[in-house]
Amino acid sequence: MALLKIDNLSKSFSGLKAVSNANIEINPRELIGLIGPNGAGKTTVFNLITGVYVPTEGRMLFEGKDISGLTPYQVNQRGIARTFQNIRLFADLTVLDNVKIALHQHVKYSGISAVLRLPSFFKGEKEMNETALELLSIFNLQDKAGELAKNLPYGEQRRLEITRALATRPKLLLLDEPAAGMNPQETKELMELIRFIREKFSLTILLIEHDMSLVMGVCERIYVLDYGMVIAHGTPDEIKTNPKVIEAYLGEEAM
Amino acid sequence: MKTINKKTLFSAVAIFAVYGIVQGLIAFNALSLFYVLTLVQTCIYIMLAVSLNLIVGFTGQLALGHAGFMAIGAYISAIVTMKFDGPLVLALLAGALAAAVAGVIIGIPTLRLKGDYLAIATLGLGEIVRVIWLNTDYVGGAAGMSVSRSINWTWAFFLMVITVLVIRNFIRSSPGRACISVREDEIAAEAMGINSTKYKVIAFTMGSFFAGLAGGVYANYMYTILPTTFGFLKSFDILVMVVLGGLGSISGGVIGAIIMTIVSAALASFPEWRMVITAVLLIILMIFRPNGLLGNKELSLRVFQKKRGENNGLAKN
Repeated sequence: MALLKIDNLSKSFSGLKAVSNANIEINPRELIGLIGPNGAGKTTVFNLITGVYVPTEGRMLFEGKDISGLTPYQVNQRGIARTFQNIRLFADLTVLDNVKIALHQHVKYSGISAVLRLPSFFKGEKEMNETALELLSIFNLQDKAGELAKNLPYGEQRRLEITRALATRPKLLLLDEPAAGMNPQETKELMELIRFIREKFSLTILLIEHDMSLVMGVCERIYVLDYGMVIAHGTPDEIKTNPKVIEAYLGEEAM
Repeated sequence: MKTINKKTLFSAVAIFAVYGIVQGLIAFNALSLFYVLTLVQTCIYIMLAVSLNLIVGFTGQLALGHAGFMAIGAYISAIVTMKFDGPLVLALLAGALAAAVAGVIIGIPTLRLKGDYLAIATLGLGEIVRVIWLNTDYVGGAAGMSVSRSINWTWAFFLMVITVLVIRNFIRSSPGRACISVREDEIAAEAMGINSTKYKVIAFTMGSFFAGLAGGVYANYMYTILPTTFGFLKSFDILVMVVLGGLGSISGGVIGAIIMTIVSAALASFPEWRMVITAVLLIILMIFRPNGLLGNKELSLRVFQKKRGENNGLAKN
């Protein structure tokens, strides 16, 4: 069974059809790419999956259950985590707190025991700190735990956002242009990292990316969006030679 | 663990030292009634400022109806002590709980609004509360209500300490961090599985509870309560303390409340200049320290310790 099945999904913004009749199927443990020219509706698809937008039509099944109409936090609690195209960290908080906030839904003590500082609070906080530091060390950020998120260099902010998303313990991870603004070396490291976390956390990953070397190098299957429609899907090799994709990217004359 | 215990011990000693010194001075009649009044008022304003800081500074919801919740606490506790001859503890608790219930009822619909809309809605609701008391003959209407004094310095001080400790402990826990994440970036917080509405309502209710408690302390200390005391200017006074001390800083709220109470007490003999001088002070502060005296940092012993290799974020920014 597909982990995520997007069925005939459409989203209109008063007349403008940002996504129309999209069908996407993602199987467990797959690494899928979502590509398309600027304005093709890729981020809208992410926003629909994560509950930021309510679909105009169609539905989305996650593990067989309908998730269309859920709020973003409910979607996250079902097991879908995301990163943002324009990094959205908790900028004035420390790196450690950024991760601990994402661990909040798994917290093991109540507000009352926090206020009264009962032993369960100290135990729970200790566990949270350990889990958060462990996650940070995977991304080589453990030495920055005490820094404010906004003071990290760009590449590390991107990595912190992925760490934070992973802390919510997702089954499906959505990465919105994880390599944006990275140099080729950083992109290469990111590719390794994406492969590594997929193995380590047995994740399914859907990523939006403009960097073709990353998409073609790391994704097993690719969906191509243009004007809100899925115009092609298949393996990287199939996509590279698909005339519709070439047309969407390069225009008709290039054919 | 060792340093935490040391810090807790130091704080406890400091709290009891402040209490003991003032209590000693009161016992030996070394303080004039005006000074005692100012000290008790300081405690009340600290409770109000710290509880408003939880809503505005930590959770990022600009609410301007704090005096309304104070009024609910003041009147309900006064009704319990004066009309029903209830014990003080019960009266304070009833006042605080009534304010908290009002907080939930008002919070759930209004916290859907953002920024200035929320500010206007809460400002209006605070005024509604005041007008309701104004038109309730049972509590004396515009003439106000006389309340016998059952609060002393000890009550005021320790209720203030409890308020600050509860809010501090809450903020430094996972639910508290959830509130802060809503302030930092609501969309990201939601994407991390945090029910932002829930934490806004929790912060708002908790803030209202302690505003109600402060109202109860106020009512049972001041002999009379008048609806006009709880107008929107009172809400602004509290907000000014929070902004002055630092949005998102517990110790900032405490310091802001102390400074504003002292300044206004010191200027009590020049009532016509009081607002002018306060305004000038605030303008100067906003020019030189736009984030308030402490910003979102806490006053900490760490400042006095030698800087170690580790980075704690305090030296930053």
